[in-house]
Amino acid sequence: MSDDRPDVAGRTCPVPLPHDARIVLGHGGGGVLTRELVERVFLPAFSNPVLAGLGDAALLPGEWWPGGTLADGARVAFSTDAYVVQPLLFPGGSIGDIAVNGTINDLAMSGALPVALSAAFVLEEGLDVAILSRIVSDMGRAARRAGVAIVTGDTKVVERGRGDGMTVTTAGIGIVPARSRLGSLPPAPGDVILVSGTVGDHGMAVMSVREGLAFESPIETDSAALHGLVAGLLAACPDVRLLRDPTRGGLVTTLGELVTGTGYGIEFEEEAVPVDAAVAAACEILGLDPFHVACEGRLVAVVPADRADAALAALRADPLGGRAARIGRIVADHPGFVVARTAVGAARIVPMPLGEQLPRIC
Amino acid sequence: MKHLAEYRDGATARRLAAEIGRIATRRWAIMEVCGGQTHSIIRHGIDQILPPGVELIHGPGCPVCVTPLSTIDRALAIAATPGTIFASFGDMLRVPGSRGDLLALKASGGDVRVVSSPLDALDLARRYPDREVVFFAIGFETTAPASAMAVRLAERGGVENFSLLVSHVLVPPAIAAVMESPGNRVQAFLAAGHVCIVMGTTQYQPLCDRYRVPIVVTGFEPLDLLEGIRRTVIQLEEGRHTIENAYPRVVSDGGNRAALDALAEVFVPCDRTWRGIGRIAGSGWRLADRYAPFDAERRFTVDGILTEESTLCRSGDVLRGAIKPPECPAFGRECTPRSPLGATMVSGEGACAAYYHAGRVGTATGRPG
Repeated sequence: MSDDRPDVAGRTCPVPLPHDARIVLGHGGGGVLTRELVERVFLPAFSNPVLAGLGDAALLPGEWWPGGTLADGARVAFSTDAYVVQPLLFPGGSIGDIAVNGTINDLAMSGALPVALSAAFVLEEGLDVAILSRIVSDMGRAARRAGVAIVTGDTKVVERGRGDGMTVTTAGIGIVPARSRLGSLPPAPGDVILVSGTVGDHGMAVMSVREGLAFESPIETDSAALHGLVAGLLAACPDVRLLRDPTRGGLVTTLGELVTGTGYGIEFEEEAVPVDAAVAAACEILGLDPFHVACEGRLVAVVPADRADAALAALRADPLGGRAARIGRIVADHPGFVVARTAVGAARIVPMPLGEQLPRIC
Repeated sequence: MKHLAEYRDGATARRLAAEIGRIATRRWAIMEVCGGQTHSIIRHGIDQILPPGVELIHGPGCPVCVTPLSTIDRALAIAATPGTIFASFGDMLRVPGSRGDLLALKASGGDVRVVSSPLDALDLARRYPDREVVFFAIGFETTAPASAMAVRLAERGGVENFSLLVSHVLVPPAIAAVMESPGNRVQAFLAAGHVCIVMGTTQYQPLCDRYRVPIVVTGFEPLDLLEGIRRTVIQLEEGRHTIENAYPRVVSDGGNRAALDALAEVFVPCDRTWRGIGRIAGSGWRLADRYAPFDAERRFTVDGILTEESTLCRSGDVLRGAIKPPECPAFGRECTPRSPLGATMVSGEGACAAYYHAGRVGTATGRPG
């Protein structure tokens, strides 16, 4: 046992590849890869100050309008999103629900009241019309419930094997009232971070179907339009610093985006983040972290500390915010980083996810 | 899943950590063998609440990391073969071979599927009878029984378009390799609870005797880990070295009979190369002759693939505790979390990534994450 003895000291490790030359699924994951793709490919081509803000919705400057402004100083919010999900139908909803609610939420996070949506469909040859009808009627119901009209649309069909059943793209416009003070001051150390409910429900609803997991009570998507919840929150706490909806990439991606490139950090208590018991169990089984899993009907709010209780009460007063919780705060320490306090009292850096989350085997 | 909250209770965890601090009268270095335990330790910050004298050394128990480059290259070659469906656990998709990884292969048209069980891969074979379906059978004794079951079912059911690319590895020979490695500092082991659910605990006493090390079968939740560490430290302090089961709610000494039978029928031990470590005698499983027709390496031409290993990374020295991450010449220069050179920099949980972030964090949190 001398020369051929294995040497643990000589270990080298697998080196992940940068994936710069070709699109991989991770480019759609909402993490670091998505951000790099946007920064390297899209921003240079489209270069303009509104896009450069990279908000969920664009706020169009008043001077872009004939006459220089809208009535009463209101602003127009504009947003679009493409929806791809498998399966198309899942517990609690369908691609239709998230296509309507998702775009409404992107508008709502800018403080806008949604006015109208467009919907464009790419259908795959062979798609069952009954499924399409169900999805479109889900869209109609979601729009009516939200008080928003779907006013224009388009339909294309692609050959079998080239369309994944169907994809939906919606765009929406909304009006930000002149009185809105949302975002008039940026987040600052001491501000409190709230989440409006349990995290990871939507992602696990979809994944549990995909993985064939059955639970006594199925995990349902949390898909919902949040502009009403936002209105209640802003009424109680007009000086909300910032609103985000933690969709793909989940809560930690949203928190990571909040601090990236800023002069502040975030600290949050893992125990304070509400997670449904069935979602937690499904995540354990699949080796996923619920903080990385998508929501479709939740928001993250940064609010001034002295209004945090009022803001939390306003969220909880709404059925969509019944399990709202205070999860953390903005800190001056570790700018650009999110730190989680674990149940055992330790602290750990929460890295921004790179691409899509792959289940771990070990 | 109400157990989850029970075994993660913060107050009990801190009490256990304090008790370990009272028991330990000198410095001890304990290796947790399993990658799942490493993940849990870093995820919950167990290492941060232990007394400073009790050091955890992360072991070679991540099957993804130790799968040899030549096997990854073979996987890529098989997955690139027209008409093939290549099924794998998700986290193998990012592991690079000499030229590319499975994610990139998938992006350029290869049919690579993520499955959570080899039985799902077998279902694919039944659903696509005109395609060859290959499952990438990696992992320790925990994942091997499902591989064995899949092959057995394929044989019984006459599913001929199903095969395995086998790279299963075994824990006990790895423990021996660690103990015989030059400059080894490890004085005790936390054995991987999930491995012992399958294999039982009887394999370990000979290792305890031979190397005079305590081995404590340990679970994965914070309180499980702390209890395993507590019992290990007691043995170390008392100068004992025996196998002890600190995870009795799921581990029995005899293991899982049905799984052991399936393993004995389908697999035979073989030598295997561990990435970055080298060849360890008797440290793997290959398909027994009866099941050789299900060996993907026989079905596909995988000889003559040129394998080129990167040699920059010193994460082995980091893992062994021989150097701290900043002492590696590539640390923070060629090697960052965005373009990592080694597994220890890949995830935020690796030692190098923790140090990298800690450099930015300064004293804000006191310790790296």
